[in-house]
Amino acid sequence: MGSNTLEIRQLNTSFLTQKGEVRAVMDVSLDVPEGKITGIVGESGCGKSVTAKSVMGLVKYPGKVMSGEILLDGRDIRDIPEKEKCALRGSEVSMIFQEPMTSLNPVIRIGKQVEEALLLHKDIPKEQARIRTVEMLESVGISDAGNRMRCYPHQLSGGLRQRVMIAMAMICRPKLLIADEPTTALDVTVEAQILRLMKKLCSGGTSILLISHNLGVIAQICDYVYVMYAGRIVECADTVTLFDHPAHPYTMGLLRAATSLRQDTEILETIPGVVPNLLHLPKGCSFAPRCGSCGDRCRGEMPLMYEAGEEGHMARCFMC
Amino acid sequence: MSEILLEAKGLTKAFPAGRGRKVHAVTDVSLKVYKGETLGLVGESGCGKSTLGRMMIRLLAPDSGRLLLKGGDVTGMSDRDFLRHRRQLQLIFQDPYASLDPRLTVRELIAEPLRTWNVCRSRDEMTARVLELMEDVGVPGEFLYRYPHQFSGGQRQRIGIARALAADPELIVCDEPVSALDVPVQNQILNLLSGLQKARGLTYLFISHDLSVVRHISDRVCIMFLGMLCEIGETEEIFSSPLHPYTRFLMNAILLPDPHHRHEEDTLLSGEIPSAVNPPPGCRFHTRCPYATDRCRSEVPVMRDMGGRMAACHHPLGHGADLRSSEEARTS
Repeated sequence: MGSNTLEIRQLNTSFLTQKGEVRAVMDVSLDVPEGKITGIVGESGCGKSVTAKSVMGLVKYPGKVMSGEILLDGRDIRDIPEKEKCALRGSEVSMIFQEPMTSLNPVIRIGKQVEEALLLHKDIPKEQARIRTVEMLESVGISDAGNRMRCYPHQLSGGLRQRVMIAMAMICRPKLLIADEPTTALDVTVEAQILRLMKKLCSGGTSILLISHNLGVIAQICDYVYVMYAGRIVECADTVTLFDHPAHPYTMGLLRAATSLRQDTEILETIPGVVPNLLHLPKGCSFAPRCGSCGDRCRGEMPLMYEAGEEGHMARCFMC
Repeated sequence: MSEILLEAKGLTKAFPAGRGRKVHAVTDVSLKVYKGETLGLVGESGCGKSTLGRMMIRLLAPDSGRLLLKGGDVTGMSDRDFLRHRRQLQLIFQDPYASLDPRLTVRELIAEPLRTWNVCRSRDEMTARVLELMEDVGVPGEFLYRYPHQFSGGQRQRIGIARALAADPELIVCDEPVSALDVPVQNQILNLLSGLQKARGLTYLFISHDLSVVRHISDRVCIMFLGMLCEIGETEEIFSSPLHPYTRFLMNAILLPDPHHRHEEDTLLSGEIPSAVNPPPGCRFHTRCPYATDRCRSEVPVMRDMGGRMAACHHPLGHGADLRSSEEARTS
């Protein structure tokens, strides 16, 4: 087994609001093994993006990483000075965001935006940076890259812009790529192309942490999956095990909801109730009020992560 | 089949794009909506499905073409005359965060259309009617005086649906009503829409980019590409044996929540949607189509009846045709 590019241990991130402390990420521990795609799946507001931003050191006021370790290749990067973080971002760790429309600078040509990371982090002459940029743009599937470099973002389609974002993130060959809903804003046919590209990057040696609310995306390309609910990881397993033998009632509910669309049923499966407010979490298991197999113990006590069947398959549930 | 509620004949709309250029949003679209059915309208972003949806309920005037409501031409009617028909045609919007006035309470939001149509004679009657509508869409009555920001996305969408129902319409255009929602919530809203349709005999024009959703909810489906229709037919027929190559590619691009069925490279569409400012000549899909021939590059395919359904393609897929034989098509 290879080593882990990223290890998160007992991460807690909170937003200190006027109404109180909103604990967006609670005791999250996860591993991103080298050369694999690791997914985080959950509904909006479950803390998956905040987890990613915590790794990048991009949590903004009033948010704050309260405690925990973020180990990049074994080195804790949580409390290093901002200057060192800047040196890491873009060279060792990169992130792509959901909105390719708003993440690019509209008044700078895309070639220059992609090149910037290279000139900033690597000591190479401009000529060579240009050549590398063209190569990079071509490798993410942008044809005629030499001319396209001179385009402004608004001249490109959504799919091309997302490719530019990926080129920008990948140009310094980072060890870790964090992709936060990279295809949510794209059309289905383009989405499939971008996922294929991410898979190619991964087989080129980059470890990827992919965040998505879409179980379809997760099933298609991830090797290992973490399921988050109300700020906590509730289940983790390799992709096939998770989809074949989910152990946590929330994961089961999500899967049933996603697959019932494809079955010939009149009434679609849902999960009763609503996602709890992070300011007023229920006592005990956060999912207990919506859970069909919930017992007295679940209402009083937060379950830990327990082994569920196969090795590496864990679930935060007393029942598994 | 039952009576035709709404019919579009050759609807065309282009928007100015500066310097004399035009975005050809919808070109020569004809379709019928039957009473009581759900007609799904599928396509990628920018293909003109929202523009078509809006023209179908006269929120946008077409450049050419006609719109018939129950057989009567309403295209050239003045807005004032059309007002008596307006009530029958309502709309549910995509973004439940942007489509509700943040400064109005739920009561005011739902009462607004009731007031527009003079449905209620007194304040008490109005409150009673609002509560009734809230119950119909599953929003608890105690939230009567809450504001939109106090609700989740799913509940806001329910309020949007209540507003559309307030006019007691016959047809509702649902413009991507669930694409901003998480899957379990999306399913709740789809169940609600199906239930309301049964209880009230509603007709839906259901616009979505998500084929799985459309497959579930629609009786018939029409597929759009770059402002033109590719294919219309019964949902199950289209999904079991698509005639237009684009339909097949769209189906292949569905991301199954099943790691045992991962995409195979050669069944995916390459390239992107061409610009609607300069749509390609001939069949608009030919730049991405592996089967395209010279005829496709020059001659616009017309909608033809192909065994009970309509498709606009010079070389429709045979039943069970395999995309992998595309190599042969290109070389021949």
